[in-house]
Amino acid sequence: MIIQSLCFYLFSFVTVAAAVMVISARNPVHSVLFLILAFFNAAGLFVLLGAEFIAMILVVVYVGAVAVLFLFVVMMLDISFSELRQGFLQYLPIGAVVGIVLLAELLMIVGSWVFSPANSSFKLNPIPDLTKVTNTEAIGRILYTDYIYLFQGAGMVLLVAMVGAIVLTLRSRPGVKKQSISEQINRPTKDSIEIKEVQPGSGAQ
Amino acid sequence: MLEIGLSHYLSVGAILFTLGIFGIFLNRKNVIIILMSIELILLAVNINLVAFSVHLGDLTGQIFAMLVLTVAAAEAAIGLAIIVVYFRNRGTIAVEDINLMKG
Repeated sequence: MIIQSLCFYLFSFVTVAAAVMVISARNPVHSVLFLILAFFNAAGLFVLLGAEFIAMILVVVYVGAVAVLFLFVVMMLDISFSELRQGFLQYLPIGAVVGIVLLAELLMIVGSWVFSPANSSFKLNPIPDLTKVTNTEAIGRILYTDYIYLFQGAGMVLLVAMVGAIVLTLRSRPGVKKQSISEQINRPTKDSIEIKEVQPGSGAQ
Repeated sequence: MLEIGLSHYLSVGAILFTLGIFGIFLNRKNVIIILMSIELILLAVNINLVAFSVHLGDLTGQIFAMLVLTVAAAEAAIGLAIIVVYFRNRGTIAVEDINLMKG
């Protein structure tokens, strides 16, 4: 129990500290690296909760895909980030006021929260005994049956995002030579070869 | 204090959410940091969903956490693609000029 509590405080403290560094780091590359740290520790929190599958998906998707994508873009764009930091302190007071009010309200709700005693009868998909069925298997059993439409919809969202990102960033530059297969195979024979009569003793004119 | 319950996880989620909002205010000019703040907000949402799911003994929350994760990945991809195109056209990513994008 003690170890669990210590792990919780360690993971949550590192997550929050990394999130603070994400929004306040001077160099955006450092921001991305702290974002990766925050995601890793949030995955640790999920493992602590007993949701291993979500934790692993978090590491794979967020750290493996999203954060690396951020890293690519930050390193690819040649921007002077110090210019973008002007006015950083100008927005600090209003941001701090909004943030503190929001946090106070959220914590008040969290602190004064009680469940209705009848809520245990509302379970839609009760978590099965984790000694018999693993978390991943339990998720798979309902994800591919009851939530198949949502699953397919999520796949469509990703497909549209992929197509959209490619359409946005693809450009055809005029000066670049590229193979155009349809142009090659549609070329008529009379344009490509010419038969000439060559007189003996003289070259082709 | 040592007994970790639902409210502890919800507090972490609330703090992360607030930091995300705060980050949007603080980095008004840098779109990339704003996108990262949105990722933090979605992470806070996921923590809430999973914490409630485990506390109530109901797997539905974890399914929805996965869907939120999907949407976060799609949003990051599209957002970063827009930033790359914008940078190609204008040579900067300052947010103040971004209303020039409207037709």
